[in-house]
Amino acid sequence: MTSMMHDHITALLQKEMREDGRKPLEYRKPIKVEYDISPKSAEGSARVTMGDTIVVAGVKLEVGTPFPDSQDEGNLMVNVELTPLSNPDYELGPPSVVAIEYARVVDRALREGHALDTKKLCIKEGEKVWTVIVDLYPINDAGNLFDAFSLAALAALKNANFPTFDKKTEKIDYKKKTKTPLPLDKSPLEVTVIKINGTLMVDPTIEEWKSVDARLTVGVLENGVICAMQKGGPKALTMEDISKMVDIAVEHTAKLRKLL
Amino acid sequence: MKRNDGRAPEELRKMEAKTGIIKRADGSAMFRIGETIAYAAVYGPRELHPKFMQNPEKGLLRCNYNMMAFSGSGDRVRPSANRRSREISMVIEKALEPVLDLTAYPNAVIDIFIELVQTDAGTRCAGICAAAMALADAGIPMKDLVSALSVGYLRNEIVVDINGEEDMNEGATDIAFACLPITGEISLLQVDGEIKKDVLLKALEKAKEAAKKIAEVQRKALKERYHDKHDA
Repeated sequence: MTSMMHDHITALLQKEMREDGRKPLEYRKPIKVEYDISPKSAEGSARVTMGDTIVVAGVKLEVGTPFPDSQDEGNLMVNVELTPLSNPDYELGPPSVVAIEYARVVDRALREGHALDTKKLCIKEGEKVWTVIVDLYPINDAGNLFDAFSLAALAALKNANFPTFDKKTEKIDYKKKTKTPLPLDKSPLEVTVIKINGTLMVDPTIEEWKSVDARLTVGVLENGVICAMQKGGPKALTMEDISKMVDIAVEHTAKLRKLL
Repeated sequence: MKRNDGRAPEELRKMEAKTGIIKRADGSAMFRIGETIAYAAVYGPRELHPKFMQNPEKGLLRCNYNMMAFSGSGDRVRPSANRRSREISMVIEKALEPVLDLTAYPNAVIDIFIELVQTDAGTRCAGICAAAMALADAGIPMKDLVSALSVGYLRNEIVVDINGEEDMNEGATDIAFACLPITGEISLLQVDGEIKKDVLLKALEKAKEAAKKIAEVQRKALKERYHDKHDA
């Protein structure tokens, strides 16, 4: 079945066509970002729709102790759970390696792109810092979770405000949100370019994703500088492929960033 | 008595319902009551794995209730199942099972996944409402819908659909309730707190009345789905 679909997809690509009628370098529609989907519970939240794919992101803040090697910096944590609600192939249980890769790749762009000024997340050096946790969930997984998660994570961070922290009692009052947004310095965003049978394309459907020869997720900053990458898929890439894929990612991250 | 959100004792919070929101699922729905938002997806009937769990006499209804990590009222909820979510998953199965004929699905499973995006009490009930709609949306034959809500006993008065503030801070006796709206049969009953028998029976009568209003919202959302399909 998968191989029949693979043949179908590659045959279409030879005519520069895709199963849903798109061009190789075209995103699905509608593509949108909605904010405040969980304003009572989360410090920040967002929902991203890319065609039939829907994901949600929520930001929670906690106060903890800093890591020994960064005494005056707060922390960032990204977590992905591949909900069986969103895809018949997902199962309950501890995070699979697939979920872990999604979380780590999204994390890498935010961390290495210095999305958050972590020094501004310090409450008292060596003792108390904020930990920012981004939780990502697919609602309907119709492909391209990497890009949807990256966009949703950045949107939820943008949407988040600090809760009130009482320095005397050292307790957070989650019910009293401040008007202070998170120290979001930069907007690193990721786009995944896939290669099937020699053709480069973006925003794969589930079936296209199953047929991928190679994929490259590229994290890009506002100024076009790369801040993170992850290569995946069973086959290798040439220098020329990588050069083209980076150009595609730079172009599309700029477009996606405008949705925020 | 004035309630903290200004509602009358027998007034439900504002509701919103939608079906067919998760395209990959065989059936799906969203149900919102006040600030509590539940999504449900149904997959199946499909083959049950592991195989030793298969029953040639009867299919299995399997439910998983989960609060998203950011959906709590304070601290982040640690992901993965805990004792609370496992018990809730089980009582939701029992609340829905009476409307299904599981003997029609030998060796198979009907999976229901419930995710809470935001919570303000009544989460298992909102989950049941969403799940019942998702089952109907999946085209699974049902004897009736299932409509669920919480009723409370607060400052010597019965109040319908308690919110988080009433549950956690005002110390309401909390009754989780589900019924088949046509027959009135009760398929979920959990009581947390003190209550006398006569008050309990009165509370259940009020819950039954309120459940009819919820059923209207559920039915309307299911009908809209087919209306939409026809237009498209």
